[in-house]
Amino acid sequence: MAAKLILSMNGGVLREYALDKERMTIGRKPHCDIVIDNLAVSGEHAAIVTILNDSFLEDLDSTNGTSVNGTAIKRHFLQNNDVIEIGKYILKYLNDQKIQSTAADFEKTMVFRKSARIATPSLKADPYEMTGKVMSTEQPQLALAEKVSDSQQKIGVIQILIGPNAGKELELVKSLTTVGKAGLQVVVFTRRPSGYFITHVEGASYPNRNGKPLDDQPCQLNEHDIIELAGVKMEFYLKS
Amino acid sequence: MDIEQALEIVSQTHPGVARTQNEDSVVYDESCGLAVLADGMGGHNAGEIASSITVSLITTEIKHSLKNMRPEDRGEGGEDVGVMLLREKLQKANTAIYNASLSQPQCAGMGTTVVAGLFYDNRLAVAHVGDSRMYRLRGEIFEPITRDHSLLQEQIDKGMLSPKNARLSKNKNLITRAVGVDPVVEAEIHVHAVQVGDIYLLCSDGLNDMVEDDEIGAALQMLRANLPLLARQLIEMANDNGGRDNVSVILIKINSEFAVPRGWLSKMLSWFKR
Repeated sequence: MAAKLILSMNGGVLREYALDKERMTIGRKPHCDIVIDNLAVSGEHAAIVTILNDSFLEDLDSTNGTSVNGTAIKRHFLQNNDVIEIGKYILKYLNDQKIQSTAADFEKTMVFRKSARIATPSLKADPYEMTGKVMSTEQPQLALAEKVSDSQQKIGVIQILIGPNAGKELELVKSLTTVGKAGLQVVVFTRRPSGYFITHVEGASYPNRNGKPLDDQPCQLNEHDIIELAGVKMEFYLKS
Repeated sequence: MDIEQALEIVSQTHPGVARTQNEDSVVYDESCGLAVLADGMGGHNAGEIASSITVSLITTEIKHSLKNMRPEDRGEGGEDVGVMLLREKLQKANTAIYNASLSQPQCAGMGTTVVAGLFYDNRLAVAHVGDSRMYRLRGEIFEPITRDHSLLQEQIDKGMLSPKNARLSKNKNLITRAVGVDPVVEAEIHVHAVQVGDIYLLCSDGLNDMVEDDEIGAALQMLRANLPLLARQLIEMANDNGGRDNVSVILIKINSEFAVPRGWLSKMLSWFKR
């Protein structure tokens, strides 16, 4: 499914355009792919270059400019639901590829394409030639969207119980926090979606958890666990 | 110093959370200072076949060749023998996969990415094809030392996309080079100087697609003293973030220098030790 643009003015939809060409021009002149017959629109106002599933918008040095989501742009990498403004006209960019790609069998599909020629969004004579084949093992995925939401998890804290630093706290905000002295005894606290874990990193002696020494495996922490590391006693708890 | 004692190598591979099959292959051989990682693609088992052919063929062939060749010697054209071997054997793997994909209908269209590192004489020759990567941690600096052969990287190079915007692209996973899809493959090979304390990471895109470079770097910094734990941690991070793809890592730590003896006496002594 190709991405599309919906042309509207004053809230009324005028036309829909599928972005099925490598390069589509927007302008007042009749040879443009998307013709907007209005004096505020330059003869050749802007162009949209589509490379497989991505589209790039470029203003072709128009008199009145092009803006996306309220900001004037020269070149812009279009994202789903972007609103392009040209004079009083609005073009909404729709590309819902990501939703379709979640179908399980889609992920393993492999596409071989001989891409003979793919143009750059640049107007300059610099045709963008791809060498060889382009292949796709799967549809795109956004790693960022999958990430553990920080707000959903309580923050783990270790508090030193005895000695000159008693009362001091260390918040385990990052996904990894190491504690100890390099070469002597080091442990790492890992923050994972399933909770907090402690693992021995280096040193001949292993730290104690609730009086028992750890082994080489990660060990999940429970609230109020007592950890002894190189003679220092600390307590683990969760902060809401 | 013997190469085997100079390097510490660990590897780990995991199918990830979303997939049942693992199409990645990893092999390393400390005795000849070689590590190879491949990420296969193709229907059914074809991806697995392509990646395992590549890693095993490269490793066995290079190991065999090094019995009567020295990687640090200069070959024809002034190139290190190590570089020549990597190029030759990668080409051989390419031919093997290409021919198999033509003759076996179930293997049609299979291919694989690959990244390989050969350590010798305080040097590292890195060969890669596609989007499997090699990173280096040196002191505080963590950075990739390979550059993907991908549509995305080409767009970044041309200034069409900023590296930050690249994460938003819907054209991820489109690679411009692969082993086994054409009769000839063009491997990119560079030689790097190695320093004691360096840590090298070879990984499939299942890691760097799911975990930001900064986080990978932080993990290497913090857990550099314990490579097996570090390998497990990297896999866990990818899976905790969704684990959408197979994820594989090879970690190599440089514990001491491994320069080839230069004087005539040491050359002679090392000759007798062989």
